[in-house]
Amino acid sequence: MRLEEIKDILHGTVLTSDLDLSLEVDTVLASDGMSEILAFHTPGALMVTGLTNIQSVRTAYIADVRAIVYIRGKLPNEKLIALARDKNIVVMATEFGMFDVCGILREHNMKGAM
Amino acid sequence: MTVYSEELFKRVFTVYGHNFDTAGETSTEIKSILKGLEIDSDIIRRALVVAFEAEMNVVMYANIGTVSFVITDEAIDIEVADEGPGIPDIEQAMQEGFSTASDEMREKGFGFGMGLPNIKKNSDVLKIESDVGKGTKLLARIRLDSNA
Repeated sequence: MRLEEIKDILHGTVLTSDLDLSLEVDTVLASDGMSEILAFHTPGALMVTGLTNIQSVRTAYIADVRAIVYIRGKLPNEKLIALARDKNIVVMATEFGMFDVCGILREHNMKGAM
Repeated sequence: MTVYSEELFKRVFTVYGHNFDTAGETSTEIKSILKGLEIDSDIIRRALVVAFEAEMNVVMYANIGTVSFVITDEAIDIEVADEGPGIPDIEQAMQEGFSTASDEMREKGFGFGMGLPNIKKNSDVLKIESDVGKGTKLLARIRLDSNA
């Protein structure tokens, strides 16, 4: 599924607007535990998390994550967005919680990495 | 760890404990170094997981530490030495789910008892020495010809 479509189904807001939303992802890493993201490393995956600190982007970069969805309406700060942009990681935010985000993505045939 | 093979690259990074703003920067830099080399992507991934988890352990628990990153013609060696509280029971600390992390660490997404198990899983050789009250030394080797 293209990142642009993911943004639409999650009623999301893209925070790195200058990055490519035509990229495809088919696997989801959903966790607030950064070691879990690393343990189930899947290159090119979509990371779903409620953790909006700078380590979420550093973890995503190490884990070759293509895009991050921040849940529950949490908005990361500008420093995080700048780092994500620098590492070419698309960042978006949604008002949905973890359960709903995962449910919606699964309904659209996305698969879990864990 | 004694390195008998030829050392092709070496860099030593200082990691400051309890500084979450810069936590992960060393591993991010190591990734930039590795990306430019002709090394199998799975080997790179494993080295980065080891480096990142070990770096976060220094940030979370120690006052200061060093990450020594060495590439030889046979392996990637990551040696992390810190000045910190040490690990009283290494065997227990290696068990998945065991953690002495504070709530603050968990709120930052770490300290769920997966760090050392992740390091072990991604290393071909792992040696940990710890002196309670003084610090911990971790030596991890990822062989370039391995594919775990």
